[in-house]
Amino acid sequence: MHRIISVLLLAFSTVINAQDCSFKFTGSILDQHDDSPLSRAIISIEELNATTFSDERGTFSFDNICNGHYTIVVEHAQCKTKMSSIKVKDNTTKILRLEHHYEKLNEVIVSGSGDGFNQTVIKPTLSQEDIALGSNQSLGAMLSKVSGVSGLSSGNSIIKPSIHGLHSSRVTIINAGVRMEDQEWGAEHAPNLDVNQANSIEIIKNASALQYSGDAIGGFVIIKPQRIPIKDTLFGKARWTAQTNGQGGSLHAGMTKSTDFGWYGSLEGTFKGYGDFEAPDYILSNTGMRSNSVAAVIGKNQFKRGIELKYSRVENKIGILRASHLGGAQDQLLALNSEVPLIIRDFTYDIDRPKQEVVHEILSAKGYIKSRVLGKINVRYDYQNNHRLEFDIRRGSDQNKASMDLSLITQSISIDMAPVSNWFSNLKLGLGGRKLQNSSDPNTGVKRLIPDFNRYDLGAYVLAGKALSDDLALEFGARLDYSHIKAFKYYYTALWEERNYGSIYPDFVIEDLGTQTLTQPKFDYLNPSAALGLNWSLNAQSTILLNLALGARNPNPSELFSEGLHHSASRIEIGDLRFTSEISKNISAGYRFQNNKVTFSIHPFLRFIDRFILLEPTGVQQTIRGNFQVWSYRQANVSLAGMDLDARVVLNQDIALETQCALVKSYEVATGTPLINMPPVNAINTVVYQNQNLPAFELRIESDHTWRQNEYPNTNFEAFIPESQSFELVDVSTPPDAYHLMNLEIRGQLKNLGKSKTILSLRVNNCFNVRYRNYLNSLRFYADDLGRNLLLSLTTNF
Amino acid sequence: MIKFLSISSILFLALSLHSCSDDDTPPEQINEEEVITTLVVTLTADSGQAIELRSQDLDGEGPNEPEITVSDNLAANTMYVGSIQVLNQTVDPAEPIHEEISEESDEHQFFYTQGGNLDLNTAYLDFDSNDHPLGLAFSLTTNTAGQGTMTVTLRHEPLKPNDGTLSGAGGETDISVVFPITVE
Repeated sequence: MHRIISVLLLAFSTVINAQDCSFKFTGSILDQHDDSPLSRAIISIEELNATTFSDERGTFSFDNICNGHYTIVVEHAQCKTKMSSIKVKDNTTKILRLEHHYEKLNEVIVSGSGDGFNQTVIKPTLSQEDIALGSNQSLGAMLSKVSGVSGLSSGNSIIKPSIHGLHSSRVTIINAGVRMEDQEWGAEHAPNLDVNQANSIEIIKNASALQYSGDAIGGFVIIKPQRIPIKDTLFGKARWTAQTNGQGGSLHAGMTKSTDFGWYGSLEGTFKGYGDFEAPDYILSNTGMRSNSVAAVIGKNQFKRGIELKYSRVENKIGILRASHLGGAQDQLLALNSEVPLIIRDFTYDIDRPKQEVVHEILSAKGYIKSRVLGKINVRYDYQNNHRLEFDIRRGSDQNKASMDLSLITQSISIDMAPVSNWFSNLKLGLGGRKLQNSSDPNTGVKRLIPDFNRYDLGAYVLAGKALSDDLALEFGARLDYSHIKAFKYYYTALWEERNYGSIYPDFVIEDLGTQTLTQPKFDYLNPSAALGLNWSLNAQSTILLNLALGARNPNPSELFSEGLHHSASRIEIGDLRFTSEISKNISAGYRFQNNKVTFSIHPFLRFIDRFILLEPTGVQQTIRGNFQVWSYRQANVSLAGMDLDARVVLNQDIALETQCALVKSYEVATGTPLINMPPVNAINTVVYQNQNLPAFELRIESDHTWRQNEYPNTNFEAFIPESQSFELVDVSTPPDAYHLMNLEIRGQLKNLGKSKTILSLRVNNCFNVRYRNYLNSLRFYADDLGRNLLLSLTTNF
Repeated sequence: MIKFLSISSILFLALSLHSCSDDDTPPEQINEEEVITTLVVTLTADSGQAIELRSQDLDGEGPNEPEITVSDNLAANTMYVGSIQVLNQTVDPAEPIHEEISEESDEHQFFYTQGGNLDLNTAYLDFDSNDHPLGLAFSLTTNTAGQGTMTVTLRHEPLKPNDGTLSGAGGETDISVVFPITVE
């Protein structure tokens, strides 16, 4: 602590005190691409509140400046705002180059950071403050507050973001430029990242962000890291939370140092720890969790070039509700018929089996260089290692062994550039290659559910934007991806024969081992994807967006190769080698209105997915352990339609009302059967009270209503029960009832300490301790969802 | 600029070369260590007559169904002593899982459930360290003649002691086999 304070003092002391205020600061503003002068740029010196304009020759001048360090902000109508720091100790002249052309489009954008593309879709964004106040949460939980996004969960710590009901391999997560490869194919595999490392999180609800991938037919979650200014500064953040439910909390701290020369470095870490969580009436035994993460960055950022090296590591250890571990249909029926979980123990911080332990590491090296012709050229290499251990209840000497021990190593390399074009307002080209290696440790003594495989990807894309007039901008993108996958798989011989794979893929067989057959399946996929969009500003307040996106996704390893008991779902799952890529055609529109009283956006969409891969029950398998339901993957054409709505109305200077609502309907085209696990209609209404006299004070009363999902496929089956000597219905499809939760939040800014800004908040979730079950939580069959939670959080930036 | 582009092309080359140096050896086959393939219940009468009830499923959770055989009909009004063997026959020699069950007796319990037109009495003959029933050894007494089924269930981590019913015991089902039984 002493050290931090002294480092802080050192940072403040770099402002020189000896004053001489007779200097002149002059300079010129030039276009970065061709050095042509930019007139009418606004140049401000932040510290002095002084502002001037550049003239026809791009030059400007400030008189009577004291010696010292200053922050210069240059704004220009057609350029991106640039911040720069200068040191004045004599008459000083500086040439400042702006990225002109960049960004005609940016004028109509709410948040115009990044590469300037993807401006033709409604793009909800979580700010740093949203993230800081949700510091204790997982990504999935945090995103489920966004309209059109819900959390598909296995308990309260394993939550995947689901965009309009599509999730897992259909949603691409970009974490600080790296496409996350963390075995996302499993519904109970949550993304392994720490939200605290994000500066903002953007959600794109269709496949249009082709610079990231062509297969995100559900959409994108884009996690943006903090931007580090080129100036001599030291800043940091600290976040602390404590909560009653789970009787634990989280701690996050980070520091960043940057210099005038462009060197910077940052270090941050998070720890979270919880014991058993609680439903209103009982303890959810074995639902505790531990999580820790660390990230370190070092880089040099100059105007023309930059380089950065980053390492991050996230480790999660998550207990799975003990009562959800079952051995077949009999146990399932028993658990379903019981009002309360069959196993309830005393509260503990211990995490026992069943549990997951996952470590995800990322090492990235990247650099950029700015050229007059090719624009900003980015090159990066990323290494990811995802190691997943799953522990089940086992017997004898295997008791402490994992049942699943999977490692996925991903290496990728990419290059992109933004060439200057006379024809387009902005242009971007990119090329990328990737190698994935998945292997499992045979010492588990459990047959692999996912076989060992290698996958190679190669992708190239082009994006272009064109402003047709001041009010109308077009965007276009095209991408081509090639994938090769090669696996080694031990099939049950009976299944290999039953599916007739022997005659379809005779080349795959390596050796017949009796009950099992060793095979080497190899597949190639070539997928085109494209997007076209427009952004039309009707007037200063309203904008219309329209976007067409074509996406294609390869079947994932689980859909191709699954074959065996999926313990956490207590069912046998069977993939199919014959699958081809899913093709998604999406049309989405957006209307946005904003004035000083009302902010409103509506986002309807319609999507057709050809050969959508779905999982459905196809029978009951008799084993020595009794009956298990068999679920097989199948391809079918489906359609989805829906709408997201967000609005905020300011009633007076103290009170505002916020509302958001999301609706999605989805069916199989041929049969009209609804798709499984689609989010029910949800509406969140909030009354926000602010007080002008209290800084950052906000009182929020939130009403969160979720209707019952009335459209679902019937996946029930019958199982033989020895006691009644009869077949009884096992109801694994009827959705739970509607529920209504009230949440309350009070937050305010504490008195300033130096430069720091500290916000204290108290939040109560599920105020009335309502008993409810969530259709999208796979543990809803066995236990109620979380009861009341009081969360205290303190967050500070210094 | 030239330098920058050449460095990046070298990086690309490095990755593509790396991709070619691929290992083509198949990974080790995993033998299911704790899979139960076989349940053998031997019923021995005072007369020395032994009847074997057997369920065998060599591919475990694989698509083949278990083969269930009963060697003979039971005699009416007779007491049998039952003993249970649980095996993993995917390995050679077969792994005697009943030994593990016996070692972890306080985490296991067998249940015998009859159905149809049968009139049987069963009683536990072995107990765990807390004197609660285990069931690797049991007695079975037939009364009048009849036909029906007997289900042998093994529960892992059941509630112990329990009320003797499957629904009361809870836990996880490790074995559930329905044997057709005729008493004549």
